[in-house]
Amino acid sequence: MASLDTTTADVTLDPSEPPPPNRHPYHLVDPSPWPLTASFSAGALLLGIVLFAHYNIHWVLGVGFLGVIASMYFWWRDVVREAKTPGLHTPIVRIGLRYGMALFIASEVMFFVAFFWAFFHFALYPEHVSGAEVATWPPKGIHTFDPFGLPFLNTMILLLSGCTVTWAHHALVEGDRKGMIQGLLLTVLLGLFFTFLQAVEYAEAPFPFSGGGIYPSTFFLATGFHGFHVIVGTIFLAVCLFRGLRGDFTPRKHFGFEAAAWYWHFVDVVWLFLFVVVYLWGAGEIAQH
Amino acid sequence: MAHAAHDTHGHDAHNHAPGFVARWFFSTNHKDIGTLYIIFAVVAAFVGIGLSMLMRLELQAPGMQFFADGQMWNVAVTAHGVVMVFYVVMPALIGGFGNWFVPIMIGAPDMAFPRLNNISFWLIVPAFLLTVASLFVGGAGTGWTLYPPLSDIQYQGGAGVDMALFGLHLAGASSILGAANFITTIFNMRAPGMTLHKMPLFVWAMLVTAFLLLLSVPVLGGAITMLITDRNFGTAFFKPEGGGDPVLFQHLFWFFGHPEVYIMILPAFGIVSHVLSTFSRKPIFGYLGMAYAMVAIGVVGFVVWAHHMFTSGISVDTRAYFMAATMIIAVPTGIKIFSWIATMWGGSISFKTPMLFAIGFVFLFTVGGVTGVKLANAGVTQILHNTYYVVAHFHYVLSLGAVFGIYAGFYYWIGKMSGYQYPERWGQIHFWLTFVGVNITFFPMHFLGAQGMPRRYADYPDAFTGWNMVASAGAYISGLSFLVFVYTVYLTFARKQKAEANPWGEGATTLEWQVSSPPPFHTFDELPRIR
Repeated sequence: MASLDTTTADVTLDPSEPPPPNRHPYHLVDPSPWPLTASFSAGALLLGIVLFAHYNIHWVLGVGFLGVIASMYFWWRDVVREAKTPGLHTPIVRIGLRYGMALFIASEVMFFVAFFWAFFHFALYPEHVSGAEVATWPPKGIHTFDPFGLPFLNTMILLLSGCTVTWAHHALVEGDRKGMIQGLLLTVLLGLFFTFLQAVEYAEAPFPFSGGGIYPSTFFLATGFHGFHVIVGTIFLAVCLFRGLRGDFTPRKHFGFEAAAWYWHFVDVVWLFLFVVVYLWGAGEIAQH
Repeated sequence: MAHAAHDTHGHDAHNHAPGFVARWFFSTNHKDIGTLYIIFAVVAAFVGIGLSMLMRLELQAPGMQFFADGQMWNVAVTAHGVVMVFYVVMPALIGGFGNWFVPIMIGAPDMAFPRLNNISFWLIVPAFLLTVASLFVGGAGTGWTLYPPLSDIQYQGGAGVDMALFGLHLAGASSILGAANFITTIFNMRAPGMTLHKMPLFVWAMLVTAFLLLLSVPVLGGAITMLITDRNFGTAFFKPEGGGDPVLFQHLFWFFGHPEVYIMILPAFGIVSHVLSTFSRKPIFGYLGMAYAMVAIGVVGFVVWAHHMFTSGISVDTRAYFMAATMIIAVPTGIKIFSWIATMWGGSISFKTPMLFAIGFVFLFTVGGVTGVKLANAGVTQILHNTYYVVAHFHYVLSLGAVFGIYAGFYYWIGKMSGYQYPERWGQIHFWLTFVGVNITFFPMHFLGAQGMPRRYADYPDAFTGWNMVASAGAYISGLSFLVFVYTVYLTFARKQKAEANPWGEGATTLEWQVSSPPPFHTFDELPRIR
């Protein structure tokens, strides 16, 4: 079927970039200790949660958490260094990075599918709610948030942040450094503002997380994991802001920024579904403050 | 380690492997990581097979022999299933052979993300340790399906279930990252001329497998996250007393669980296609049909999950749909079986060990597939669900299907991977012992199940004694056959019979047979051009 031909393959390279150090355009990464440290730190982190929940031992959780954070820091520090080393992140390698990020986001979408599935299992079929006298969603006695209070404000914040990150992107492509910094800074601030308002909302929730039954379970895990992703996305964008200030990005080569923007849009879309489905369509009797 | 520093630098020093620690612990080389995966799978297999030996010892005769109670039994059953699925079959097929041969077969110098590749391997080590450690803190007596309410805190209050669940989280993260890596590698790193429709079938199999992993494992992650919060943090997703519904967990689990069974078998499909073609000295029959049959199995595999829940109280209409959809999978599977037979038809067949395992695979997988069609009937399953008939069915497709695929791949490629050819005589002894052993173990389970013996019990009425004795005897033969396998591996490395670049002759056409055995540390310094 296939046969080997030893003549050099004609791989099209961008003539404006230095040739890769190999006779092929791919990036062969040097050995790295971070996958190993990250794995065992992640193991300690999860073991730590078990030890915390069952034996009230805290330190393993802390050690694992610090190990994960440190491993991530050093790993990505290496990636950033490689990105700045001429000839490693060739155009075809950058296409590979795009595939990788898109596939990672696809897997994240499926993670949220699980929580939306749980929500729809009860919201579309209230008869699945065990022990309910009347099959309704939200279950009888649950007061929900006014969707046009904080949730709508949060929707507007995230949509606006989607605009500002696009502003930053266009500025970056145009070589407008000041515009990129302004756009990114605004995006990060909007992300922080969203997280703050979510915290306010949680503090005012008319139902408890623990022991509150099925409605708070679906509500808090779906919005909570979204909130966690907002925090991750905000950190990602903040790192890009830092890298932008340092001058890591060029109008042609800035995949780190693009990945952060993709991730931010993904987080944004998840919120739109949460707002429309959970807050708006799933609203019951509105809680009064 | 002393050499690591200077060897890891300098891009011109390509074919010099780094020092020991950097090479095996900090690896970014797809072949070394593949080797680590295979070694890991063999180590985990000792645990998985050891547990199955304990189980067959217990079931050898009625009454309680070795296990203290039903919980201890359930812990053993669960650990056996989880270890075999997540720490033996998947690491061997996907991490091991996939890592080794996907880049070589498409003419790529390595995987797309070599560091990510290494974390995929190392994540399963703490995952496995968590699973094994859970055995010592009460274990998880839930079955690998982890159904609540049995997995809830009021029935299993110990840390064992949580540790097993977190082990699955880590194994899942490993799978997701590995899947993204494989898809990127296959889409982005094919050598010039290697179009998708020229790609070897093993690569097609890995591509479909990777998509199944990428899209199904995160749903399991969500499900076990809800289970963990139900157990420890006061949510009520699956708790009727809080308004939750245990059936929701079954949906979420099987939305992952059904693609998972294809994740375990598709790579074996790929290996068997290569082996049958090689040892029949014929190209595979119906190449495109074979590739797209796997795609079809992958796609349809996502919409059949509730056939695992026919007795869970789902509506008649739901059952009718899932029954019909499930049976449709028999069509692409049939395409594969018939194409394998057509590949052998009129071929110049040599019955080397890999070929024996591949033919064994076709035969035994067909048996498991046929019982699968039977079980797909929602009506029939009312009788057979949770009996030994189901145990027989899924061991025919996994223990005899996927594992035969692993062995076929191992004997096919061990010369390529290690540079040393296996001893043919011992390979053949290993095959026949395994083939006889597993059939004696699992075929009687059809009878036991049809007679109504339920699964997941440590004891049974005297009426089931006869076939249980037979099955246990078969299991001991299978256990022995694994030791023979280990001895064969030992002989392979001890007698050091050099493997040629292509020991199989003109039937072996894929790229790995055109590089030396073992291949250089970095396979392709220059990209091959595919005609």
